[in-house]
Amino acid sequence: MNEPILEMRGVSKSFFGIKALRAVDLTVYAGEVHALMGENGAGKSTLMKILSGAYRPDPGGEIRIEGKPVHIHGPLGGRAAGISIIYQELSLAPNLSVAENIYLGREMSRSGLLARGAMREGVGPILERLGADFTPSTLVAHLSMGQRQLVEIARALHARSKILIMDEPTTALSAGESERLFALIRQLRAEGLAIIYISHRMDEVYALGDRVTVLRDGRLVGSLGKQDIRADAIVRMMVGRDVSSFYKKDHDPEAGKGHPVLTATDMADGQRVKGCSLTVHAGEVVGLAGLIGAGRTELAHLIVGAAPRISGRLELEGQPIDIRTPGEALEAGIAYLTEDRKALGLFLDMSCLDNINLAVIGRDAKLGWFLDRDRARERADRAFAGLSIRAANPGVPAGGLSGGNQQKVLLSRLLAIAPKVLILDEPTRGVDVGAKSEIYTIIDNLAKAGTAILVISSDLPEIIGICDRVLVMRSGHIAGEVRRTETAPLTQEDIMALATGTEHLDA
Amino acid sequence: MPDNGSTQAKAATVNGTAAAEATKRQRIRLLIRAAGMLPVLLLLCIGFHYLSDGRFFTGQNLGIVLQQAAVNTVLAAGMTFVILTGGIDLSVGSILAASAMAGLTVSKLPEMGALWLPVAVLTGLGFGIINGALIALLRLPPFIVTLGSLTAVRGLARLLGADTTVFNPSIPYAFIGNGSLTLIPGVASIPWLSVIALLVILVSWVVLRRTVLGVHIYAVGGNESAARLAGIKVWAVLIFVYGVSGLFAGLGGAMQAARLYAANGLQLGQSYELDAITAVILGGTSFVGGIGSIWGTLVGALIIAVLSNGLILVGVSDIWQYVIKGLVIIGAAALDRYRLQGSART
Repeated sequence: MNEPILEMRGVSKSFFGIKALRAVDLTVYAGEVHALMGENGAGKSTLMKILSGAYRPDPGGEIRIEGKPVHIHGPLGGRAAGISIIYQELSLAPNLSVAENIYLGREMSRSGLLARGAMREGVGPILERLGADFTPSTLVAHLSMGQRQLVEIARALHARSKILIMDEPTTALSAGESERLFALIRQLRAEGLAIIYISHRMDEVYALGDRVTVLRDGRLVGSLGKQDIRADAIVRMMVGRDVSSFYKKDHDPEAGKGHPVLTATDMADGQRVKGCSLTVHAGEVVGLAGLIGAGRTELAHLIVGAAPRISGRLELEGQPIDIRTPGEALEAGIAYLTEDRKALGLFLDMSCLDNINLAVIGRDAKLGWFLDRDRARERADRAFAGLSIRAANPGVPAGGLSGGNQQKVLLSRLLAIAPKVLILDEPTRGVDVGAKSEIYTIIDNLAKAGTAILVISSDLPEIIGICDRVLVMRSGHIAGEVRRTETAPLTQEDIMALATGTEHLDA
Repeated sequence: MPDNGSTQAKAATVNGTAAAEATKRQRIRLLIRAAGMLPVLLLLCIGFHYLSDGRFFTGQNLGIVLQQAAVNTVLAAGMTFVILTGGIDLSVGSILAASAMAGLTVSKLPEMGALWLPVAVLTGLGFGIINGALIALLRLPPFIVTLGSLTAVRGLARLLGADTTVFNPSIPYAFIGNGSLTLIPGVASIPWLSVIALLVILVSWVVLRRTVLGVHIYAVGGNESAARLAGIKVWAVLIFVYGVSGLFAGLGGAMQAARLYAANGLQLGQSYELDAITAVILGGTSFVGGIGSIWGTLVGALIIAVLSNGLILVGVSDIWQYVIKGLVIIGAAALDRYRLQGSART
């Protein structure tokens, strides 16, 4: 290829003496999708924030754009240098229109008044080029996540950016929306943009990446060209060791013929869940797949009593049971791991010890009221050892831990009640590769011990890797079940066909 | 990477010292947070002692400070429970007045005069539970509910004494308001008001740090949705904390009644809620909930008492006392912000 559009040489960044980036080199060419991978904390976001101008690199390194050395400072510095970033959490104002968002900070005015009409006309061609199915005057609040991302991209193109950085752009998208995003990325690549694509998902990197660069502990581990991109190679580079079998499934696949532990019949909430029935057997890992918005999380919430239901019956080990609050579910032995551990799961300011013991402190209490602190410490120590939670000690606040360790703390809380049924909602979201494989091992061991497990996940390779059979939801219904047989393995295609109803119907 | 052997070794040692430095800095930070405003309190005491030509650290003056801090400490203890859940109780001053009025009225009944103390405390508890029920069950915002009861309960307090001052010079248990517990005869004694305040702090500490309920209070304040999903009865926790705040306000009313032998429904406890909130915030309890300690609140209440006492000793006019106290509130809020920046909540 010709001259690189972006060249970083020996770029470092330290915070209070701790090196977040050490002499990293990165070369990106126009017209390529350059995937950037690494575990959480490997330095990807630091690198990105240097390019956006949010952080100033340590002296000594050099950044060149189209061969010319540049200094990027301030939040507008990146955009001025031709770099736009599309963040995980989108940075749009939902109360403004698409056109107003695209022009945000550079509004057009006519004699001091906002020139709304001119702005709408200005963004029209770009939206058309991106194939948008909404108008410039639509309020962003009315758009789906995928459409909002389109607005972000339109904003970048409108600023005439030559380098587009995308940080886990598919996290909040349904499969259909992701597919459309990929098509768009390919189109932009063909138009000559350089795209730096940050993702944890191997399949996306396969599908899109022209080159992969891997960071670990703030260092550049290496780059792979398109023909060398292989999952095991990348994982080895990311974790620095061999990950023999990533997904873990040693428990008996025949376990599904054991006795039913949880049977839910005709569960409905009158909105997102429309009469769903399912059964999970002892020692079985059942997947619950479906597009975002299909009602999977809502169904889980109905089962554990976190949302009111209008119909439905539950049976636990053959006995009818009435569950109206999450507390009753826990008491009955049904534990639910939320998909949103920061907002709905953990108490970030509280110690790991308190977080782990929260569900059982009442049961352990002396005289019904007073904390049994010895037992709590023992349990926390056991959880730290058993799940290899990495933190200085159980007394530190949970908020200071990495995503993977936070997830393990939350999981320990549920395991403390020795659940009969474990419902895991996106158990590895925002979790780095090493912790992911540890979580798979935990799930596998629980199944071996006879726990009935329901796993909700949008990560299809994960569902296929760890589940015995997969239920697929579509617009509030259980659309069908995909089973593994002697001759035919579970396939993503079968699951997607059920999830989409063969033709794309989502959002 | 070129010559990575030597650079890596060097990087490792650099990294080692940097990490040690970081843990050291973190330790200092933790120490600052644990000690909280205690150094500020000590500096204030020493400063006032010096500025008032040695009139601060005398047995008599310290007794006055402790006595003046007592009622606010009790109110602030209740306020700590509420603010730890992320709420606020603006009605404590009014509840204090209503409880004192109810207590004094009962104390004048011929046969049942001795019952005035439990009546005052239970009156406070009752109002507190009403606050809690409105907040927990009807899901109304605490600020608005307690702003309403601030006004309504003040009206009830005036109603109780037909809008006059109620006197009872022979009120039973008057010693709790004016007597002292002798520690060493002739040498050291401590006002009963302060003993009560200290007991309240101790009981609060046990509840917050040693019981299941305490963990649940921190959990509700830290993340209410997560608490709900973790099976905690959030409504019960909320009713409890507002109940405690009301109970302690009732106790504060009893303390005031015993001290003054009188109560006036209009004047008693006016704007006490502000001093209580200030003490809690000065003590490092975060306004968003989930972070804080009862010991901090005690320090905060002492700072306010020392500030009032010291400014008078030094001869600052009461007009300037208002200005200075107001600035202290804003300074405390700034500290709260700084503290949050260093916490896990980012």
